[in-house]
Amino acid sequence: MVLNMGPQHPSTHGVLRVILELDGETILSAKSVIGYLHTGIEKSCESKTYSQCITLTDRIDYLAPLSNNLGFCLAAEKLLGIEVPKRAQYIRVLMTELTRITSHLVWLGTHAIDLGAMSVFLYSFREREEIMKIYEYVSGQRMMTSYFRIGGLALEPPPGWLDRVERVMDAMPGHIDEYEDLLTKNRIWLARTQGVGVFSAADAIAMGASGPLLRGSGVAYDVRRAFPYSSYEEFDFDVPTQTAGDCYARYQCRVAEIRESVKIVKQAMNKIPSEGPFRAEVPGIIPPSREEMKTSIEGLIYHFKIFTEGFAPPPGEVYQAIESPRGELGVFMASDGSPKPYRVKFRTPSFVNLQSLPNLCVGRLIADAVACIGTTDIVLGEVDR
Amino acid sequence: MESQERGQKEEAPAVGKLRQWDTNAVAEVVEFRGETTIVVPREHIRRAAEFLLAEPSLQFTFLSDITTVDRFPLEPRFEVNYHLLSIERKMRLRLKVRLAGNDPIVLSVTPVWPTANWHERENFDLFGIRFEGHPDLTRILMPDDWEGYPLRKDYPVEGFR
Repeated sequence: MVLNMGPQHPSTHGVLRVILELDGETILSAKSVIGYLHTGIEKSCESKTYSQCITLTDRIDYLAPLSNNLGFCLAAEKLLGIEVPKRAQYIRVLMTELTRITSHLVWLGTHAIDLGAMSVFLYSFREREEIMKIYEYVSGQRMMTSYFRIGGLALEPPPGWLDRVERVMDAMPGHIDEYEDLLTKNRIWLARTQGVGVFSAADAIAMGASGPLLRGSGVAYDVRRAFPYSSYEEFDFDVPTQTAGDCYARYQCRVAEIRESVKIVKQAMNKIPSEGPFRAEVPGIIPPSREEMKTSIEGLIYHFKIFTEGFAPPPGEVYQAIESPRGELGVFMASDGSPKPYRVKFRTPSFVNLQSLPNLCVGRLIADAVACIGTTDIVLGEVDR
Repeated sequence: MESQERGQKEEAPAVGKLRQWDTNAVAEVVEFRGETTIVVPREHIRRAAEFLLAEPSLQFTFLSDITTVDRFPLEPRFEVNYHLLSIERKMRLRLKVRLAGNDPIVLSVTPVWPTANWHERENFDLFGIRFEGHPDLTRILMPDDWEGYPLRKDYPVEGFR
């Protein structure tokens, strides 16, 4: 029998269609049909200036907008050869780690609902809300923050923001214990996840899996560690791995990653100098401060030129990868020397990870397919772009 | 001049190994912002991929991405970029194949890296590159009956009306 799962199915977390070929309740083959959310972001980027593209990147992975901002900005900065001030780098680290926490919390809550554990969702969204309030306080937006800009940040963080971050982060380890109390030794949870969707390390690498999907299979590859960016080499953190390669191992990895992120955020809080520039000073490329724009003629000219025609990086191609909550997010950017990117490609982890779905669920029951889709942690906006 | 010299001094190990293995497999080497790009002639791409994967001192076991740049109206029009990663050696490498606009066909690397399957389908879907030997070369993001290749430069941003 052939069963059409989706495109409108609550456990597909978006608009994903999976064609399952079944023998009784056993899955013989699984074929993903994607593209329902294709919005042509890469094509749109080609007709916008570099700075204008940033708002589009928020919308690729709407659960981790700051990670996308970071990937895009780092690629553009690499192309331009710009060094970002340390203060901005640490703030970027702090904000992207908060993003990792919120993204993993959404994953935890929705994945648990998929498998019948309703209550975890209520707890994890409670903490997510607190972090969303920090986003709003710092950038003015809860979700589509566009807070990172080429060369640094959009604006100076407001006074007292670090106190708010500290309050949330101090409470976080206790909350993680709460989730673990609900799930880690829960017999139903173990039965639904242990031994389900086993993915060997060799297969994971061959299928290009990254993020917790790869680390759950025992490969300790984390872009933050292997190719540090934004000063990650100065931070002390572990890369959690598990060897079982099943849904439970990936669950353990993600929970451990939340704890590591809390650690990184706390280190970043201590590192961020209270004063200093929040963006690089490169005339003609990075907008001048409001003060300078209003008092100096050069500042006014640069401001006008940057916001009307943009800036032109030298011709060339770069590939910049970052560790988004879902895995390796790569941004390939080609410039032809004009103020608009000639080509931008987002190598999104969800797209590549979803490809592994048949490896995870063939030979198992339909109910396991739900667990497998959940555990790959896909965001369909990111799959289709 | 200076940067060129420095580039040659710190030549990525993959370049030397690939050249040693087959001098014809390296048509051009580009160094930009610390990234190495090797331009590989079209007929060598599958063999070069197999070599880079198997060579013990390189171990490019992980294919991050395949993406195309359309240089229309220049010829050769298409540049297919393969982003390789060696987890073991902590190295990245970009392979580039140039394809003519009237003949955008290249051998598939799906037998070498299974992950290439969807990447190649995406490049077929959006650029019309044909990957010979691909198990299922169908559209992936656009509807099956779509006409044209949206990411080509001669395709308008707002689509055909």
